[in-house]
Amino acid sequence: MSLTEKIRNGDSRAVAKLITMVENDFQNAQPFLKELHQYCGKAIVVGITGPPGSGKSTITDKLTKHLRKMNKKVGIIAIDPSSPFSGGAILGDRIRMQDLTTDKDVFIRSVGARGHLGGLSRSTQAVVKIMDAMGKDFIFIETVGVGQSEIDVIKVSDVVLLVVMPGMGDDIQVIKAGIMEIGDIFVVNKSDRDGSDKLIAEIEMMLHLIEKEEKWHPPILKTVGTENIGIDVLWKEVEKCTDYLKESGEMFLRRKNRTRKEIFDLFQESWREMFFQFISEERLEKEVERVLKQNDNPYNAVKKLSAIFKENLFKEGE
Amino acid sequence: MKKSRIRVLVAKPGLDGHDRGAKVIARALRDAGMEVIYTGLRQTPEQIIEAAIQEDVNVIGLSILSGAHMYIFPKIIKMLEERKMTDIMVIAGGIIPIEDISELKKMGIKEIFTPGTDTKKIVKFIKTNVAVA
Ligand SMILES: Nc1nc2c(ncn2[C@@H]2O[C@H](COP(=O)(O)OP(=O)(O)OP(=O)(O)O)[C@@H](O)[C@H]2O)c(=O)[nH]1
Ligand SMILES: [Mg+2]
Repeated sequence: MSLTEKIRNGDSRAVAKLITMVENDFQNAQPFLKELHQYCGKAIVVGITGPPGSGKSTITDKLTKHLRKMNKKVGIIAIDPSSPFSGGAILGDRIRMQDLTTDKDVFIRSVGARGHLGGLSRSTQAVVKIMDAMGKDFIFIETVGVGQSEIDVIKVSDVVLLVVMPGMGDDIQVIKAGIMEIGDIFVVNKSDRDGSDKLIAEIEMMLHLIEKEEKWHPPILKTVGTENIGIDVLWKEVEKCTDYLKESGEMFLRRKNRTRKEIFDLFQESWREMFFQFISEERLEKEVERVLKQNDNPYNAVKKLSAIFKENLFKEGE
Repeated sequence: MKKSRIRVLVAKPGLDGHDRGAKVIARALRDAGMEVIYTGLRQTPEQIIEAAIQEDVNVIGLSILSGAHMYIFPKIIKMLEERKMTDIMVIAGGIIPIEDISELKKMGIKEIFTPGTDTKKIVKFIKTNVAVA
């Protein structure tokens, strides 16, 4: 059986190996992704984001258990930040999902955010495809909502849940920057603690400030993840939201934008690779030196390098 | 263009309640550039094997204090053999008597680190014994 056949049969080892290939050596993974693409597009992708420790993994665990009761198959991509110094990472989201490990219809993969050539969103999108092709009905992407790269990643999803908690203090500022806009549903987790009503009021206020073209008004829901409180209501809202997105054509639009971005990113990456294929490190170094010594400027350097690039490109085409 | 990272599953089988040692090691491995999948306390052998498959790790690091190593470790090794996953290197740490160490090594645990081992030694051991592209 070929690797892709195994994946379509739900063989978790084949799936895991291809994901590793996507992370380490995208070029080699590409032929397999090409084969799998035709079987993709069925899964609903749910992004779960929010500040560190707000309960994203706990909520993912509980939502997955909820879905398993309805016999839905689930894939989980748990992204954690990597160390900017070593590039290594401690990926600890599985701690909250221990009971899911031996469920044959749940597949969890932990991902370090850094060191993805061609970007984290490209590899995340590929992992989504692999899980989709293996037959998952729902795919969760968990990521800490801080930087722009995380926001890009979460845009790989169809629906986005923003998980926050009371007592974050100034962390509420973190949410304001760019990420409020992409939340379809707000989850105030840890509502067993003081301050959840105040937090809801704050979110409501911020939502008023954001002008959205859509008719969907993001609901704000209380949960206690650890106690499984509010989870079924939360899932009903997710269903409501996906129904809305489908009926209004918004889902189609989001997927269209995503596909456009995917093509553009792949294109950009292939040109980037060609750059290093056609232009040697020494040649680049020579231009860098010249610019540094004020013998030339970067604009001319690009012009010269472009000429070399084009020449090679035409040779390649012959 | 290739870029590979060593992935290590750090698991704590057995019933004992704290994981300070495992966390120290997890941090040392991260600082050495590895990706550490940390699964938490009280893992069953089945959970460890399944997580190792899904995460496609190069190494499984087992940490144990409770004395159940002669029961749990062989079980994990046997399951790896049954599923033809012997390409994954298994190392262990914890309070393990000397007479058990040689026996466990014979079974297929690649190395055993007793408490107080310098984490640099563990990092070096993994780096010399795991080949990644
Ligand atoms: N009191 C309370 N604690 C909770 C609740 N939900 C989660 N926790 C606890 O909060 C801590 C963090 O939960 P996680 O689910 O790991 O949070 P996370 O957002 O995934 O964390 P990171 O992935 O590290 O950003 C854990 O100790 C949970 O047990 C809740 O509703 N109430
Ligand atoms: Mg988490």
